Amino acid sequence: MELNNSKIKIKAKNLNVFYGKKQALFDINLDINQKEVTALIGPSGCGKSTFIRCINRMNDVIDICKVEGSVEIDGAEINEKNVDVVTLREKVGMVFQKPNPFPKSIYDNIAYGPIIHGAAENKDQMDNIVETSLKKAALWDEVKDRLNEPGTSLSGGQQQRLCIARALSVNPEVILMDEPCSALDPIATAKIEELIDDLKKSYTIVIVTHSMAQAVRVSQKTGFFHLGKIIEVDSTEKIFKNPANKMTQDYITGRFG
Amino acid sequence: MTKEQRLKKRYRAEKRFKMYGLISVSLAVIFVLILVQNIFSKGSSAFSRTMIEVEVNYDSSLLELDSPINQNSLKDADFYDLAVESLLKIYPAKDSKEERQILRLFSPDYEFEIKDFLIKNPNKIDQVVPVKITASDDIDQLNKGNFPRDLPEDRRRVSNYQLNIYDNLVEKEKINKKFNNYLFTKGDSRDPELAGIGGSLMGSFFTIIICLILSFPIAIMASIYLEEFAPKNKITDFIEININNLAAVPSIVYGLLGLGILLSVMEFPRSTPLVAGITLSLMTLPRIIIPCRASLKAVPPSIREAALSVGASKFQTVFHHVVPLAMPGTLSGTIIGLAQALGETAPLILIGMVAFVVDIPSSPVDPSASLPVQVYLWSEQAERGFVEKTSATIMMLLGFLIVMNFIAVYLRQKFEKKWN
Repeated sequence: MELNNSKIKIKAKNLNVFYGKKQALFDINLDINQKEVTALIGPSGCGKSTFIRCINRMNDVIDICKVEGSVEIDGAEINEKNVDVVTLREKVGMVFQKPNPFPKSIYDNIAYGPIIHGAAENKDQMDNIVETSLKKAALWDEVKDRLNEPGTSLSGGQQQRLCIARALSVNPEVILMDEPCSALDPIATAKIEELIDDLKKSYTIVIVTHSMAQAVRVSQKTGFFHLGKIIEVDSTEKIFKNPANKMTQDYITGRFG
Repeated sequence: MTKEQRLKKRYRAEKRFKMYGLISVSLAVIFVLILVQNIFSKGSSAFSRTMIEVEVNYDSSLLELDSPINQNSLKDADFYDLAVESLLKIYPAKDSKEERQILRLFSPDYEFEIKDFLIKNPNKIDQVVPVKITASDDIDQLNKGNFPRDLPEDRRRVSNYQLNIYDNLVEKEKINKKFNNYLFTKGDSRDPELAGIGGSLMGSFFTIIICLILSFPIAIMASIYLEEFAPKNKITDFIEININNLAAVPSIVYGLLGLGILLSVMEFPRSTPLVAGITLSLMTLPRIIIPCRASLKAVPPSIREAALSVGASKFQTVFHHVVPLAMPGTLSGTIIGLAQALGETAPLILIGMVAFVVDIPSSPVDPSASLPVQVYLWSEQAERGFVEKTSATIMMLLGFLIVMNFIAVYLRQKFEKKWN
């Protein structure tokens, strides 16, 4: 692979996921580089979301879901019983397809994570965390005068940036984004993409997207999933200009999916 | 069929459907109005009571007091002779039969009403004072216009002689009405004019409090556990089916349970709000658990994911986010469950709350009646006075139910938060 000068942050080895009797992922092997954006593309139901939910063990909450194989973050296995999911999720934040702010004030939305992790000792520190998180999510200027208004009163794009700010508030190392722009209009999408570009300087980002243009715009590395298998992983440039696999070629040129 | 015909047909079908809906709604409204009108027309007169003003001669020699006159000695004194002497003066009687008829114009409590007046106004001793005394049920109903006067005497409860006295008293403006505070302050009685729902109000109050204390926490905990923490397997499925079944069990079965376990085996005191509360909370539990679980289920999974993704534990997710969001539904479900319990009669009859209890209960372990059972008891009585009392009790019961349902709606609207 070309990008071997980057350090590997997340390493999935022989990952198999089952929903009851149905197998959703087959022997996934994927390396995700540090401080880079990795895009996962593929037709609906191909297992992209299932895969990123393995990285912060969100699949644990689904009773019938069974995960086999290994996911390592910084060389430490996360799929073991004694791994505390709370600590893991502090390290691996997540942004969802539909903006899902808590039905609380903008301030409380951001403060919730730091409160449960005891990150702030007093009100000043908390104010500080809220401000920096909102600034990092490029939302501060728009909401600084109405931090006590409900988070749900913001527009869709603002809500999504609020959710990104919420994910940033607990100082994660990795941010997982599950189609973060699919519910947004083009202008809001552009803002989020700009933000992702900015965030990759300090965070490792994995983004699931249906928009190939988006993958091209924001990511350095792209993985193509199909029917629960990973077909091809390479630098974004290579995947979109000169894919090695015929199926990838067909998908990115819009012949199926 | 042409396109236009199909269009017309569709419009006709829609119009027909709207009309059916309108008819059924108006039928429902008409029946409710008839019910309410019926209850109000029968029950509103129960809120007033007829009083007869009598000149009472508080002659201390008739009291046969040994000790000096003070409140304590008056409480022990026998006022019967004094009372009878004053009452008989309102109209001339020629024999003891007529004297009895005069006394029957008044409620049997006249002796105590005359005594209570003096205890409240001790300075009136040895004076002649006008005192208002509660009229008997017959005179009360006559005054309220509920007794036809034109029937032959042997088919009337009021004799011609009594009618003459009544007309005479009306002429002298000695008969008047006042607000019937007895309705709220007195317990049950064999005499309709002295019967009140004070006892059953307190009984119902204690019952509902016990029912709330027992069923609310258990139902909330059970529904949170079942909905959020319990693994989904055959056992929880079985429990869920059983909860749904229990909610459909006829309430009288719970009465049998209370009778068989609480009264026979555990020997709890009979006819008490304690036993009623426990029995009703058994009945209410599944009826609260079902709406609680529904409102927990209605909290969108995206909120749970949001909390989990910032590193909240399962417990924190549930108690910081899911439960507060489900609270409005939970509270209104609980209140509606309690309202059902408040109106429940059958199980209470089985655990002995149908007993005739005169005293107003002061604690949940005193024998007591309850509002719905009071309705049942009075509806079986023959006296005309109990008919209006029955309707008045129904009005009170309906009032409480409406208030509780309004609280439920209010809580739901006040605490309901919008999400996405």
